[in-house]
Amino acid sequence: MTKAENEITWKEINIGATVHEPGNASQYKTGDWRSNVPVVDFSKCIKCALCYIFCPEGCITKNDDGFFEIDMYYCKGCGICAEECPTDSIIMKEEKE
Amino acid sequence: MKQYVGMEVSVALAEAVKLANADVIAAYPITPQTHIIEHLAELVASGELDAEYIPIESEHSAMSACLGSSAVGARTFTATAGQGLELMHEVLFVASAMRLPIVMAVANRAVSSPLSVWGDHSDVMACRDVGWIQIFAENGQEVVDNAICAFKMAEDNRVLLPVMLNLDGFHLSHMVEPVLMPEQKAVSDFLPLNNYPQPLNPDKPVAMGDFAPPVIFTEAKWAQEMSLRNSYSTILEVWDQFGKQFGRHYRPVEHYRTEGASTLLLTMGSFSETAMTAIDSLRDEGCKVGLIRLRLWRPFPFSDIREAVKGISNLIVLDRAISLGGPGGPAASEIKAAFYGEENKPKIVSFVAGLGGRDVTPKGFEEIITRGIEIAEKGSSNEYEIYGVRE
Repeated sequence: MTKAENEITWKEINIGATVHEPGNASQYKTGDWRSNVPVVDFSKCIKCALCYIFCPEGCITKNDDGFFEIDMYYCKGCGICAEECPTDSIIMKEEKE
Repeated sequence: MKQYVGMEVSVALAEAVKLANADVIAAYPITPQTHIIEHLAELVASGELDAEYIPIESEHSAMSACLGSSAVGARTFTATAGQGLELMHEVLFVASAMRLPIVMAVANRAVSSPLSVWGDHSDVMACRDVGWIQIFAENGQEVVDNAICAFKMAEDNRVLLPVMLNLDGFHLSHMVEPVLMPEQKAVSDFLPLNNYPQPLNPDKPVAMGDFAPPVIFTEAKWAQEMSLRNSYSTILEVWDQFGKQFGRHYRPVEHYRTEGASTLLLTMGSFSETAMTAIDSLRDEGCKVGLIRLRLWRPFPFSDIREAVKGISNLIVLDRAISLGGPGGPAASEIKAAFYGEENKPKIVSFVAGLGGRDVTPKGFEEIITRGIEIAEKGSSNEYEIYGVRE
């Protein structure tokens, strides 16, 4: 998709609203569904990867230092990572902006 | 060589589908559609029609199979009636929204309960908003001709929409009528091969029926609405071409003895033939009545209807379906809406008759017209009248 979804006019919709670009669901920003945001305290993190394993969105990835980072473009703020974290290094806070 | 052959209309329709050289037929038998798909099954089994025939477990599955076969670019046909149409209801929306050029015949049947296998339009009228092109035929010849036209309309790349061809169950589907079957070569010349522009193909992936968030759904629906509205000009073009090649002409709204008429009766489907007899005898008595027949139901032919009633005092709309708790017969309420903003409009009277296969005789049409004129002149406190109900 060359245009953002909110800019596409009805004349630009493909016949039958078909999608010709495989995997374009990755362009869909699910991060704006979020009302609570996970905040990570890396000083408490033991790199156990439970957050990575449990994240239903698959938006947590391991960085070069072995810590796990959350991609806020996709994170829906479900809080499962915070629930599963054994050291409470992830807490959920209300997202103000 | 033009030769009329006496044929059951269902069989003639199946033969027309053979002439159109359909690739896939997925159908579930239901009275009064059964003879259509039985004959197609025979044609496929005998090798006369080279097609895949899918005898499937339900109408919901039948229409779903049609989605798949149409999506790969195969010329696809099915037929149903009554409850069967309602069982496939949700898939009908999908077919039109995906812009799949499926052709379906509906042998119109009343919807239960009480159980009725006989004809009326309550099945199709519950499917008004499914986004299909909808055509009504009034005799066997029209069924044959419009089945062939339906494929051409549906598959035209400016249209790409499914087409529903309505024929009254029993009153039309089971009649033996003289039919002029077009010759194969003429049909092949008229109807080019299906050229679906985006067929499912592993080498060129396309995803159909995708998820659309609120930010895009309105645009998708408006694009679909425009496709159905814009199909109108192609529908006319196909009928014109058919008329030039085969000498039988079709229009969205057709006229019978409307010259100098002050009252018009509007009918759909097989009602129209009997109504003509009634118009003839009323004309003989000096009554200035005529008949208009609504052939195209979707897209609704606004301009043709408005043009047809210019200078007319009374329009009596006869529906073969009841809109329970609603403003009148389905066609009547839409026609009233079409005239609401017009300055010069006729008085529009709504009648419902012929439910669940009940016959309306020429005498019955005369009574409806007479009573309709009376209501138009004196008014009525009822939203509509139902003809022939025993009090």
